Amino acid sequence: MTETRPIESRLLRGVHRTLTGLHPALESLIAALVGLLVGAILMYIWGFDPWKAYYALIRGAYGGSYEWASSIARGTPLILTALTFSICLRAGMFNIGAEGQMYMGGIASVLIAYFVLPRGLHHIVGLILAGIAGAVWSLVPAFLKLTRGVHEVISTIMFNWIARWLGLYLTIFVIVDPIRNEKTLSIPLSARFPLLVRGTDLSYTVFVAVAFALLVYFLLWRTAMGYEVRAAGLNPTAARYGGIHNRRTMFLAFILGGISAGLAGAIIVMGQPPTYAILGGGGMPQLMNIGFDGMAVAMVGRNHPIGILVAALFFGGLNAGGRVMQFYGSNPVPLEMVRVVMGAIVLAMSIPELIRLFPMIRKRGEELIRLLRRVGRRGEERKAS
Amino acid sequence: MSASDILQLLRIALHAMVPLALTAVGEVVGETAGLFNIGLEGILLLSAFAGALGAEAGGPLVGLIVGMGVGAAVSLVFAVINTYWKGTQMVTGIGINLFAMGFVAFGLIQLGAPGFHDVPKAAEVIKWRTGVGSFSPIILVALILPFFIFWFLRRTRAGLMLKAAGEMPEAADVAGININGIRVVAAMFGGVLAGLAGAYMSVAWMGVVTKDLSAGRGFISLACVVFSGLNPLLALLAAFIFGFFQALAEWVKTLPAKPIPGEFVSMLPYIVTLLVVSGAIGRVRFPKALGVPYKRE
Repeated sequence: MTETRPIESRLLRGVHRTLTGLHPALESLIAALVGLLVGAILMYIWGFDPWKAYYALIRGAYGGSYEWASSIARGTPLILTALTFSICLRAGMFNIGAEGQMYMGGIASVLIAYFVLPRGLHHIVGLILAGIAGAVWSLVPAFLKLTRGVHEVISTIMFNWIARWLGLYLTIFVIVDPIRNEKTLSIPLSARFPLLVRGTDLSYTVFVAVAFALLVYFLLWRTAMGYEVRAAGLNPTAARYGGIHNRRTMFLAFILGGISAGLAGAIIVMGQPPTYAILGGGGMPQLMNIGFDGMAVAMVGRNHPIGILVAALFFGGLNAGGRVMQFYGSNPVPLEMVRVVMGAIVLAMSIPELIRLFPMIRKRGEELIRLLRRVGRRGEERKAS
Repeated sequence: MSASDILQLLRIALHAMVPLALTAVGEVVGETAGLFNIGLEGILLLSAFAGALGAEAGGPLVGLIVGMGVGAAVSLVFAVINTYWKGTQMVTGIGINLFAMGFVAFGLIQLGAPGFHDVPKAAEVIKWRTGVGSFSPIILVALILPFFIFWFLRRTRAGLMLKAAGEMPEAADVAGININGIRVVAAMFGGVLAGLAGAYMSVAWMGVVTKDLSAGRGFISLACVVFSGLNPLLALLAAFIFGFFQALAEWVKTLPAKPIPGEFVSMLPYIVTLLVVSGAIGRVRFPKALGVPYKRE
């Protein structure tokens, strides 16, 4: 009996360490639950059956391989727009312009329909064009902030609206398909991303998004440049004393964020069947709100590229499941409910130390941790003696 | 462009000014106390929707009151999160905006037509008919209120307490002022005004609720506040400038000859906002503790 104690205690200490390490993830989880609860209450008030709705939603999101594939497909562009928000937040700024930058990226990627290029190169040219367009669109707010001190929240929102109207103009009058004028020119076959799972809309674009997320992780956490960006975000004054050029980090963050949002637009256009085009006549429905939803993903993903991957899977699941939910049962819940839940999740995420707002949970949790510690210590003492 | 055209343009500009002016003046009060609410856009949208429902149930006055109540309730949530619970104001605001986008789109579907709901004529606020055209009485509120707030912030004890809470909460706390309480009240006042603005849009001005009714007005109001440097009178002026360009955009769209495509005309208010804000900054300064939750050492 005495010999098993140390092993047990080590194990328990391991559990304790994992629990503390999981603290941020736990908070995201609680925020997600709070959001779902708010959604359930609202559905109940409006006369829906929340259980049935959530059952349909979860079945539609993660019920099988087809559902998983469409959840991942919905989450793919969200990864990139979430990165836009997170990169800038890490640099100490609120860039809520992913929406407009993504429109620009999507429109720029349609331009490849005018070129004939070999397969592969055609894809890359499309992505590069979109990245440049997104970056250019985010450079103007960055420039206004640096030279005129315009707060980036105001300038990026104004640029979102300008991008929306400019996008509608371009998709309806300029890059429009001459035969079917409700959509733009379609991406030629040689530049479409092939489907990964037949019958779904999950294409190889998911690798582009994940690769970009890993690239951002590498840049921000494994290079001196990224260190400077994060340092400037944590404490600009201290970073300045340390010899970091805040202007440069600010530009870098905005450019990287713009590229990310531009890519998001491109992968929607180049990788989403059946049209592989933007429906300009319908108000660009495929692109609509991907940028705003990305902010929710970023927050739940704790503004970390790896966290964002997980959060995008969750929000992609909400979107994919919501599509099933809106046709399920005799009294189906409209898809818009999903965004209500997202908003509530972000609200909950804005409360730091959310866990501490639940005294019960905290008390029980602390008791548990104390107990684990005591057991661990006792085990160690015994081992020492 | 004849004289009557210009009068019509000014009349529409006054109507377009009202939501911006009310929201901006409310936000001036909130920012003076140290809370930066980017959720105004969402509050406008939610209160426009709720106001329309209220007006249909109990008449225009009820609609306006419901709008104000919704505005106050949402800002209460915002304020409590960002004072007592030390939240991040930007993130809360983004959450409110997302929530409102979803909720109103959802509610409109429940009312029948997706994305669109007409407010019946009987439920709309009465307009004064004059020789130039009809005027909404709420224009008067929007014109008078900034002067009252100007006086309140500079000449009353409560106004100075608000300033202290935003400028140096530590000192104000030592002087016995309840920082969190005063910030909650200030944010709720701003919420009431934003709620009135939202209800005005649906019940008194446009007579319709759409899922993007607010169309960036919450953010344009924030731009007005930036322009004003927390002076309610300058905020009113900025609101009139932006209202004028919105009216101009609407007016150009109705011209028989289309000199510029409608999409570019619709961009005009946003471009003007950017230009005005980039010209204004540099000379204004904001409360030191703006956006920072107050913690006792």
